[in-house]
Amino acid sequence: MRVMVLAKEGGQSDTATPPTPEAMAEYQKFNEELVKAGVVLGAGRLSPSSQGKRVRFEGKKRTVIDGPWAETKELVAGYWLWQVRSLDEALEWLKRAPYDGGTFEVREISQHEGA
Amino acid sequence: MAGPSRSVRSPSTRARDEAFAIETATAEAHRAIEAIWRIESARLIAGLTRAVGDIATAEELAQDALVAALEQWPTSGVPERPGAWLMGTAKHRATDLIRRRKTLERKYEELGRDAERDQQVEDPDAAIDEDVGDDLLGLIFMACHPVLSKDARVALTLRVLGGLTTEEIARGFLVPVSSMAQRIVRAKRTLDEAHVRFEIPRGPERVARLASVLEVIYLIFNEGYSATAGTDWVRPALCEEALRLGRILAELVPTEPEAHGLVALMEIHASRLDARVGPSGEPILLLEQDRALWDHLLIRRGLAALERAERLGGAMGPYALQAAIAACHARAATAAETDWPRIVALYDAVAQLAPSPVVELNRAVAVGMAFGPAAGLDLVNALVAEPSLRAYHLLPAVRGDLLRKLGRSAEARSEFERAASLTENAVERKLLERRAAECAAEGMTG
Repeated sequence: MRVMVLAKEGGQSDTATPPTPEAMAEYQKFNEELVKAGVVLGAGRLSPSSQGKRVRFEGKKRTVIDGPWAETKELVAGYWLWQVRSLDEALEWLKRAPYDGGTFEVREISQHEGA
Repeated sequence: MAGPSRSVRSPSTRARDEAFAIETATAEAHRAIEAIWRIESARLIAGLTRAVGDIATAEELAQDALVAALEQWPTSGVPERPGAWLMGTAKHRATDLIRRRKTLERKYEELGRDAERDQQVEDPDAAIDEDVGDDLLGLIFMACHPVLSKDARVALTLRVLGGLTTEEIARGFLVPVSSMAQRIVRAKRTLDEAHVRFEIPRGPERVARLASVLEVIYLIFNEGYSATAGTDWVRPALCEEALRLGRILAELVPTEPEAHGLVALMEIHASRLDARVGPSGEPILLLEQDRALWDHLLIRRGLAALERAERLGGAMGPYALQAAIAACHARAATAAETDWPRIVALYDAVAQLAPSPVVELNRAVAVGMAFGPAAGLDLVNALVAEPSLRAYHLLPAVRGDLLRKLGRSAEARSEFERAASLTENAVERKLLERRAAECAAEGMTG
């Protein structure tokens, strides 16, 4: 099963305080462990919402909205794509992540949707 | 009917609620434990095998730790580092066991018998704490030891490295659970009797031992990939398991080009899983697949793994070569854009490395696509007398295809009919019979 792990770090991604070297090292260690376990298919960090754009659809009308946006708690700051055998396995991996704040969301990717 | 008396919960209701709450918590803990087991069991068994010397004992110790977790975690909660907890628990038992064995050995020695068993276990703690990666690799080499039959290697690998239950493995290979259980027990016994050591082979032996490991992983993959029988979801699970093992192995031996070559081959083949089966379960051949259904994430990963193999100087390895052929298809946006001349060149290389009539047949198909059906047919005709291909249905199927392209419908038809009579796969037979019927129709109009 393939899951998407969405990192919702609150306002952190917009405050532009880069993570400490220690935090980065811990993250890298964890990520390496995931890769070695054959779990990681992909990963990425998103740039701050201040550099993002949204397109709102209303019937035929399209409106482009510039970032940053207000709902900081829901903003996705990064993602992982994991191959796991169950949602429980994904949760067990996620609990080991070296974070002390933010919310992480695990969602299964429906298969057979094409690319 | 919500009278006041109903809102007051009787003691028995409360007890039931509590029992229910405990049950729910237990069920949750069990699910978590199962997931943790999947994550930790291979490392656990690997570390324990290094310490005690044999897989059977290591597995028992690991299972004991699992039972302890199942007893304690539902009430105590899952520990912060569950892997370390399981290892600690198993280690205690291992230490006891090793002490008992040593006492026993001393007694044997006193009796004048030689205790050749286990000079490797000096300090059990140190034995267990050494590098986890090396432990895993040692376990992989042990489970895939050439002293075991292919079937035994596959079963044992899925069991101790994949963390699958015997039931799951039996289901994957469509054999009764009891036979699979026996196969695994016998495999462990064979390793023990052959005194196979827990080690990471080096030097010339390593090449052969690694080839054995790669073969096992590829066998697991193919079992999932080429089977059209059985419950649908079980077989792709085997492909995923093989991919996972391959990815783990490639990280354990990052400088071995063929490990990356095998991963590349599996990633690219797996990218077509959704496209190669039609809505009613019928196989769809590569050139007829809807390429929009290919998994481009896996293709990208496969091409990256192939590049890694080539950078390590492994472009001519058997898995890398097959991956390179698969990559030619993966890179083509449409079937018409396939780089057939390059595929022919790659098959030339495969044929030099490991000549076989089946490779020649595949090469003939590529030649037919690259340089025209007549050129392909010449090569296929040379294979008709080949004894090992006499019952191989793909020979007349390929020949029929080439004859049909040359407008020789009557001959093509009889070839397709022959192919249909040779295949044991019902779905494939239907496909070939349809080809034969199409040729018959073409013959009448043409």
